[in-house]
Amino acid sequence: MQFALLIYHSPQEFAMRKNDYNDPHLGAWRAYYKALVEAGVYVGADALEVPETGTTVRLKEGKRRVQDGPYADTKEQLAGFITLELPSVDAALEWAARCPGASIGAVEVRPLAPEAKRRGFSG
Amino acid sequence: MNGINQGDAHRTIERVARESYGRLVAYLTVHTHDFVSAEDALSDALVSALNHWPQDGVPQNPEAWLLTAARRSLIDVIRHQHVVQASEPTLVLLQENPTEATSSTEFPDERLKLLFVCAHPAIDPAMHTPLMLQTVLGLDAARIAQAFLIAPKTMGQRLFRAKTKIRSGGIPFEIPQERDLQERLGAVLEAIYAAFGIGWDDMAGADQRGRDLAEEAMWLARVLLQLMPSEAEVRGLLALMLHCEARRPARRGPDGRYIALSEQDAKLWSFQLIEEAERHLGEAFTQGRSGRFQLEAAIQSVHAERARTGRSDWAAIAQFYEGLIRISPTLGTRAGYAAALAEANGPEAGLAVLESIDPDAVSHYQPYWAVRAHLLHRLGRTSEASDAYDRAIGLAEDPAVRRFLLEKRG
Repeated sequence: MQFALLIYHSPQEFAMRKNDYNDPHLGAWRAYYKALVEAGVYVGADALEVPETGTTVRLKEGKRRVQDGPYADTKEQLAGFITLELPSVDAALEWAARCPGASIGAVEVRPLAPEAKRRGFSG
Repeated sequence: MNGINQGDAHRTIERVARESYGRLVAYLTVHTHDFVSAEDALSDALVSALNHWPQDGVPQNPEAWLLTAARRSLIDVIRHQHVVQASEPTLVLLQENPTEATSSTEFPDERLKLLFVCAHPAIDPAMHTPLMLQTVLGLDAARIAQAFLIAPKTMGQRLFRAKTKIRSGGIPFEIPQERDLQERLGAVLEAIYAAFGIGWDDMAGADQRGRDLAEEAMWLARVLLQLMPSEAEVRGLLALMLHCEARRPARRGPDGRYIALSEQDAKLWSFQLIEEAERHLGEAFTQGRSGRFQLEAAIQSVHAERARTGRSDWAAIAQFYEGLIRISPTLGTRAGYAAALAEANGPEAGLAVLESIDPDAVSHYQPYWAVRAHLLHRLGRTSEASDAYDRAIGLAEDPAVRRFLLEKRG
């Protein structure tokens, strides 16, 4: 079963990305990825640019609405996601708790929709 | 009614709820086997106490008052369910001496049966501890879910399923026969220790959930000791937890930094708790039957000696671990043995123990990687050490432990 760990950062944590390579916080992230790979649960991952670089589009009553910034104006913003192959949601929660992002931001665990549903979704 | 009385009443309700919850649930379920109804009835009774006590004053015997109120509510529920006929004996039982109960606390303490039911082999072992925390201590599902890192809704469902199984599955409310007793008692002790372990591991940071759970576990062990004073392993478990608890003030630096046991300032340990632990352990040894928890407590007892002697007798610790491995060869025991043996006989000896463990079993097991990293570092195998540190860091949940390892890794 595949799960996404959706990682939410505070502005402070986004700012830490600019830190030096030897910064312990970044070291913790590298170690976490290594542990995921070595444990054989890692499927894929990507980080997102800072929220200010986002642009949100929606169509309302046939008219385009374009807005600077992310979809929701909240303190913690989506910063990236990791996809894992795991036997259960319990295991996914365990990995989420180990995620360095969980101790200063938040990590949401969400099962991926099954393959067939995803195909239907994309037409 | 004035504010002070109201505050008093609330505090009394809180105290009675904590002290009597398990006794009341046990007494109410021992015949009906129905936790859900008993817990509902008891929470109705507590709500009713919150309404009445601040105005009418706290009754002379609060526990008996709650029992009477809960019984009344339970009878209403049973009547309402239209199963009067089938439940006739239950109703009679519940109505027994309704007036007597208000004047006396002399209803039998059935908590021991309750503990054995919670850790019954027919119930998923993963649910033993949550069930105990809920039925004996009255913790709510959301709080238990926090500690066990499970979604609150899921924990609620699992607890409900376990209780349904107890009600319908004919799990007897009884103290096991002598021939089953040790094994069944083992499951009860494991469940209590699991609560303590979760409380212990999660004690980091500002979060209070871990601390509370460790306290609840010690409370359970004391209840169990009251009920089974001559079982050595019960004392062993209590001694083990007291020894760990004694070191709480030394486990973190003033800045929240993690401090390893060997680097702790022994002057910060609680000598009162150590002394109590030693008393129980000594008593357990005279009771004859050795066991896992006594051995674990003995290991902690040797560590505690450092406060007096200034040194750790690692050879003695390694020897207790050997005994422990014979009865309980868990990953934790083997990692602990490796660490102790490395201190006693050098890092190669410790590493050899680690290498004998199946690698698949430790791919998620953080303490293994932490010990391994430390031993490789001591052997000067720097690059392997740094890989192992990474694994330990990546598997750590506690930010303080993570920071500690990142600094060691360099």
